Amino acid sequence: MKRPLAILGLALLAVFPWLPLGPARLYILHVAILILIWGIVGTAWSLMGRFGLVSLGHGAFLGVGAYTTTLLWNFWGISPWLTTPLAVGAAVLLALVLGYPCFRFRVVGHYFALVTLALGEVIRLLIIAERDWTGGSLGLTLKDAGAFNPWAIQFADKRIFYLIALGVWLVGLWVWWRVDRSMTRSALEAIGEDETAAASIGIPVTRFKLRITLLSAGLTAVGGVLYAQYLTYLNPGVLAGIGVSLQIVFAVVLGGMYTLLGPTVGTALTIALSEYLRVAFGVKLLGMADTIYGLVLILIIIFLPAGLYGGLKELVLRRAAPARVVRAPSG
Amino acid sequence: MLELQGVTAGYGEFTALWDVTLTVNAGEAVAVVGPNGAGKTTLMRVISGLVPIRTGDLRLDGRSFAGRRAHEIVAHGIAHVPEGRRIFPRLTVEENLKMGGFLPASRRHYAETVGRVYDLFPVLAERRRQRAGTLSGGEQQMLAIGRALMSKPKLILLDEPSLGLAPVMVLRLFELIRRVRQEGYTILIVEQNVRQVLSLVDRAYLLEVGRIKVEGRSADLAEQDFVRKAYVGI
Ligand SMILES: Nc1ncnc2c1ncn2[C@@H]1O[C@H](COP(=O)(O)OP(=O)(O)OP(=O)(O)O)[C@@H](O)[C@H]1O
Ligand SMILES: [Mg+2]
Repeated sequence: MKRPLAILGLALLAVFPWLPLGPARLYILHVAILILIWGIVGTAWSLMGRFGLVSLGHGAFLGVGAYTTTLLWNFWGISPWLTTPLAVGAAVLLALVLGYPCFRFRVVGHYFALVTLALGEVIRLLIIAERDWTGGSLGLTLKDAGAFNPWAIQFADKRIFYLIALGVWLVGLWVWWRVDRSMTRSALEAIGEDETAAASIGIPVTRFKLRITLLSAGLTAVGGVLYAQYLTYLNPGVLAGIGVSLQIVFAVVLGGMYTLLGPTVGTALTIALSEYLRVAFGVKLLGMADTIYGLVLILIIIFLPAGLYGGLKELVLRRAAPARVVRAPSG
Repeated sequence: MLELQGVTAGYGEFTALWDVTLTVNAGEAVAVVGPNGAGKTTLMRVISGLVPIRTGDLRLDGRSFAGRRAHEIVAHGIAHVPEGRRIFPRLTVEENLKMGGFLPASRRHYAETVGRVYDLFPVLAERRRQRAGTLSGGEQQMLAIGRALMSKPKLILLDEPSLGLAPVMVLRLFELIRRVRQEGYTILIVEQNVRQVLSLVDRAYLLEVGRIKVEGRSADLAEQDFVRKAYVGI
């Protein structure tokens, strides 16, 4: 992206909460924070997804992240500043337990997706089963620590949360960008094309796949922590399991996983769409949103395999430089 | 340089190689021939660490590498040109070559090695920005060999490089492999074109249903009924 444009965009994002947003200010800010948090998660997912490592169980990492910090705060009052590394560590460990056997024994493609799908469900069921301390399916409320408590990362002022989420989101983008510029990307691209050939020229396949999976899981857990701190209410249906895992995938596929901003744009669109449908149809047509979701997605996957944002960017680039070869996503 | 001693290996329950003993000395070119399903590809994959050894030993320059992973073996100077080429079709020619020199040690000499590969296969230099999947079969095979050379190997494993190529192209390819040899590389090659490969190598092994049946100098073997034997079972 062009530098001045990026700086302008960033400045705009930073001062956004202080702009005159009208009477719906709080609501707009709320949606913006949600977009940033889920944008982090989508970006984390696409770290793996773009190399053909399709996870349908990222809810597991999200849930592990959110529940770790919340439980440690509620029971022992340990600050999330201290427990976030633990939450990330737990998610990374979970990813290791999942990923190592999968990658070592060549569980790839659809099989890998199915294993991750199961993982998300297992974590959800585990949270429900341990209801004595997780609150089970009724959910869990983060113990209140006042309207302004930096130690507990609890703020009544949405603007502060907005800035925190913006910061973490930028870190997520930076991670994505670093991977995009690295040898890791080339190696993973080669692995995604032909795993056996990659191994035969000396690329440590298992190591690279594992590394990106752990990175993705860790970043997802940070998203989970943020979610918990912001909404202060956790529910296994929202934070683990198939539902949320698929929502993450939908958003990223919609926006496109081969571009830096694709996952966030996709997240913004899905959140905007579901908010719009919620306002337009209310509870009368509760299933409507999901149906429209599904239809839009099918159309996108067929006509814009690089995603909405990725597809548009391709169109623009193609017009600007017709000779440039645009890499198609792998199937 | 390379020694296999009593190697047994396979896939799951199935044993594809039985008690295989084979050596390749530095500077030599050696062929492995045999009917389809004899275990030739498995043998190559055992050497490059893609298929684990069950019993026996794999030694490189006198050091045991049994149980090591492929990337460690590549780092020790063995490059594998897999059966069916298996280039990365969506990457460009140059990106494919870059991936071949992936290990940190070879990355440092990238400019030099890529220059050597382009000298050897000028057609690759012409096509460097083209996607590899759009190359012709013969060009793809050259790319596969070039990609293997990028790791600056001492020993190159070539698994049926002539597979699926037109007869004229096969002749050209053998000419190129001869040149690769003259550059000082040690070569272990699997081939179905027995007559042609015997004119290229110093020694050859005949593999049949997972066992080494015959071994000898190629000049001697060409005179025997080796060629006919190699095709028993087709
Ligand atoms: N991945 C695999 N899983 C199970 N069995 C395999 C696998 N690859 C090969 N085999 C079996 O191992 C045996 C040897 O196969 P291999 O590919 O080594 O033969 P080959 O000599 O290279 O044959 P070709 O000349 O057709 O390439 C065959 O019976 C084959 O069916
Ligand atoms: Mg074979």
